[in-house]
Amino acid sequence: MIVALAFYVFAAILIASAVMVVTARNPVHSVLYLILAFFNAAALFLIAGAEFLAMILVIVYVGAVAVLFLFVVMMLDIDFVQVKAGFQRYLPIGGIVGGMLFLELLFVYGAWQFADDAQALRMHPVTTDVTTNTQALGAILYTDYIFPFQAAGLILLVAMIGAIVLTLREKPANSRRQNIAVQVARAHAVTMKDVPKGAGLAEMGGIIRRPLPEPKKKALAHDDHGHGHGHDDDHGNHGGGHH
Amino acid sequence: MEAFLNSPIGILAITVAQTLAILVPLLIFVAYMTYAERKIMAAMQMRVGPNVVGPFGLLQPFADAAKMLLKETIIPTGANKALFIFAPMLTFILAMIAWAVIPVNEGWAIADINVGILYLFAISSLGVYGIIIAGWASNSKYAFLGALRSAAQMVSYEVSMGFVIVTVLLCVGSLNLTQIVLAQKTVWFFIPLFPMFIIFFVSTLAETNRPPFDLAEGESELVAGFMVEYSSMTYALFFLGEYANMFLMSAMTTTLFLGGWLPPVDIAPFNWVPGPLWFILKVCLCMFTFVWVRATFPRYRYDQLMRLGWKVFLPLSLVWLVLTAFVLKLAGWLPV
Repeated sequence: MIVALAFYVFAAILIASAVMVVTARNPVHSVLYLILAFFNAAALFLIAGAEFLAMILVIVYVGAVAVLFLFVVMMLDIDFVQVKAGFQRYLPIGGIVGGMLFLELLFVYGAWQFADDAQALRMHPVTTDVTTNTQALGAILYTDYIFPFQAAGLILLVAMIGAIVLTLREKPANSRRQNIAVQVARAHAVTMKDVPKGAGLAEMGGIIRRPLPEPKKKALAHDDHGHGHGHDDDHGNHGGGHH
Repeated sequence: MEAFLNSPIGILAITVAQTLAILVPLLIFVAYMTYAERKIMAAMQMRVGPNVVGPFGLLQPFADAAKMLLKETIIPTGANKALFIFAPMLTFILAMIAWAVIPVNEGWAIADINVGILYLFAISSLGVYGIIIAGWASNSKYAFLGALRSAAQMVSYEVSMGFVIVTVLLCVGSLNLTQIVLAQKTVWFFIPLFPMFIIFFVSTLAETNRPPFDLAEGESELVAGFMVEYSSMTYALFFLGEYANMFLMSAMTTTLFLGGWLPPVDIAPFNWVPGPLWFILKVCLCMFTFVWVRATFPRYRYDQLMRLGWKVFLPLSLVWLVLTAFVLKLAGWLPV
């Protein structure tokens, strides 16, 4: 009884929030209703005993996909009056297209006939020696249907490479590149020292700095022009030498 | 009595009692973590820290709580009121409900579900919503920038966290958290999987928006990021949520890598200590490291943060995952 009640509650909220996704005026609210719909779908999975699917739905769709949706939608600068402007003018056309699609769906569904052995095939015979549906899914995906699964993976890989190739632009030759290793490396290490009372810098051994290797390019510049201070990025290295 | 405990009301009462038994100590720990953090950082920076309210400043958390409660909740005029109030509640609630599956001792988890680690991962990946909704609902550009940063950051680091979890699961053969801890009876996973342990720990820093990855707050350039418009109790909920999340991530690290409630070695003086105490000790060790890192490292630059997540951690965790799978398969150590 409680299970049935829970099912109807979650299903009702799911449908209501799905309706709100398309009717909400604010697109951010739409995405938030979509997230609510995902949650209720996950709850329905849980009621059906498919806890793995429920968790994956939350992790993948709510935790990653919907975050990116929200990310994009929040940055849209939408004028709601403008969005609403053509509503009445396009209503007939939109209505006709929607109605046609709905009719086609009805025809397809009306002419739907099940093969005699379809009912038997519909549920894939799950191997009986597994205990959880995680193991059952794993056995089906990675053992029984490993090659179709790998093929699907390859198709996705091709799609990914295609997207990268389409968007990758050649950088101009003179563009500056960052050398992260140099940027995050310690240069002049700053350490805390416990200084005895009254001791001055001289007693502590003066300022201790790690000697930096002289860049070769700069040495040449010194010889040729006799001034080193024009190079801003080398400036710090000069300081390292005075001790 | 037996009949009552098996009736629906009895089960409900037991669940409520169990929940309180987890949440009340947790909230006390959270309150004292704020104090501990200030004391530890003070010690590291050669300061004194809070020392006025009560002996050694021990009543400081209560003074702070009283201050937060008594202040006025300010809701900006341009804010989306409902979402503005909802965001801190969400952050706090998510940090609390994840504790339902954490096994503090053998059989002590409120819900010992067989996809426990997935539940934890799901809840921790939802934490970003509190921040992103807060940033948007505040209707302030600083808050919004903070929210955008944090959304990108948390989604990026979740990916490598997922691979780390998969690597651990390969060694366990179960998604149940109790099973994961029990699988570490011989050796805690942080020894064979040391690189993954480091990746996981750094990712938890990024996932909780803690320094050196606290770009969502970035007080020097974004004032306080997504929290800039929040005051009094709404702010306090964010604050508590952040600390509770740190505890949650520490508990995850403990369960996955540090052997949960298990003693370091199963011999006399160590196994006299009860399991929950070991668990708390390990969580506190992780929490101390959180604070230690905060006191030590400067904030990452945003592009370096993204680079670390996608170009360093993701390939590294992928390679280690494949390597682990190979080793387990070739050595015949795969759990059935």
